[in-house]
Amino acid sequence: MSDAVELIGTFTCPIVHRVEVALRLKGVPYEFIEEDLGNKSALLLKHNPIHKKVPVLLHGDRRPALCESFVILEYLDEAFPDQRPGLLPADPLDRAMARFWARFIDEKCWGPAWVALWAAEGEGKEAAAREAKANLALLEGQLDGKRFFGGDRIGFLDLVASGFAHWLGVYEEMGGTRLLAEDGHPALWRWAREYAADATVRQCLPDREALLAAMATSKERFVSAATAMARK
Amino acid sequence: MLSCSPTSTHHPHSTSSQHSHPQTQTDRHPSNAPTMASEKSSSDLTLLDFWVSPFGQRVRIALAEKSLPYEYVEEDLLAGKSERLLQSNPVHKKIPVLLHGGKPVNESLIIVQYLDEAFPDTPSLLPSDPYARAQARFWADYVDKKVYDCGSRLWKLKGEPQAQARAEMLEILKTLETELGDKEFFGGEHGFGFVDAAFAPFTPWFMSYEKYGEFKVAEVAPKIAAWAERVGKRESVAKSLYSPDKVYDFIGVLKKMYGIE
Repeated sequence: MSDAVELIGTFTCPIVHRVEVALRLKGVPYEFIEEDLGNKSALLLKHNPIHKKVPVLLHGDRRPALCESFVILEYLDEAFPDQRPGLLPADPLDRAMARFWARFIDEKCWGPAWVALWAAEGEGKEAAAREAKANLALLEGQLDGKRFFGGDRIGFLDLVASGFAHWLGVYEEMGGTRLLAEDGHPALWRWAREYAADATVRQCLPDREALLAAMATSKERFVSAATAMARK
Repeated sequence: MLSCSPTSTHHPHSTSSQHSHPQTQTDRHPSNAPTMASEKSSSDLTLLDFWVSPFGQRVRIALAEKSLPYEYVEEDLLAGKSERLLQSNPVHKKIPVLLHGGKPVNESLIIVQYLDEAFPDTPSLLPSDPYARAQARFWADYVDKKVYDCGSRLWKLKGEPQAQARAEMLEILKTLETELGDKEFFGGEHGFGFVDAAFAPFTPWFMSYEKYGEFKVAEVAPKIAAWAERVGKRESVAKSLYSPDKVYDFIGVLKKMYGIE
């Protein structure tokens, strides 16, 4: 069985970044296939017919492809156990906590953050901003004085939270809503700097100006998604 | 499938707030809960749960598959949330919560994985191969994201939004049908597994989905219907679930609470 790894994604997506950093931390060579989310390719639709999203991981001849970032991250930890082991912690309770906070990040932080960033005024935007900030504070509590969520080294939860370290600032600039600031979330702010400064992470962090330019045409898509979410 | 009888030999010892629905009180408790569920357990496990919750049932199924004794605590969610629940799951304030040596683990699929990892000498629900594990996680996540939410819209909504929910539910069932294929269980070679445990608690809800959506699972997804019957006979599942009638009645109670016609 071939073992070549292909990652379908886009540099504009922080969810894809989670997987890319994991691959680099594990020292797994991969080919990055850039996807245009505004015009989804046949390749993406073939390999992720259910959710039609990135990231998608193709590992050798294993089919169907692997979809959903948490699934992929856990897979990488288990498929490459000897390479930079322990993206997830070893202890079962710690693992359960990491998985819990990972879901929290997506459902309770990014969920309301997306509405806060992009929904029109009066579409629950302010309430969503309050909720996002409150939940970021809860997440911040998990740092508990550690350098990273994973302890001394970047781990699963740091990868899941990574969007806040780089992409969030870009979205804030595009959308005009501020969610994460040093005075409001000092520990998370400090963590963001630590994370973004890591040598491996830096290889996968796209330039801010490049992100702004690439996402200029995406704003409309973000706004309609956020408006739909706000109405739920 | 459990059909709840009014008299129970052991009511779970609830520390939750008082019941406020006398007409449902008699048949609300898991009267056929396994004897081990009421012992103060040697594995030091306590499950905070709600009788009809499919999410709680996943954990009950996993515990039964592993023959792990535990204390079952019924949270009377219709009456409010107990102090214990609020302290154990302050973030979401939801059941199920598993307490292991007093330490809480939240969210049903996370709890099931935890049980696999904390009790490695018991039958595991996830297979051992990393790729197979990944696919199992993907499909359990699919069930998690899709089934309950779509089902709820089916009985809550009317008109066009309900028609949309119906169309989605048919799509979900057909997608799961394709994934199941000709396998006996979603777990395939592994046997009854993670995805089976994740989806089985929704099988008593099929009747309600059928009534509200005006379709038949046996017609839309015959393999899923056959799997539901098979899985319903499995001991761990049979003793954890309630009858479709009980679920249907429960939905009626919820609709009244929400003021839905």
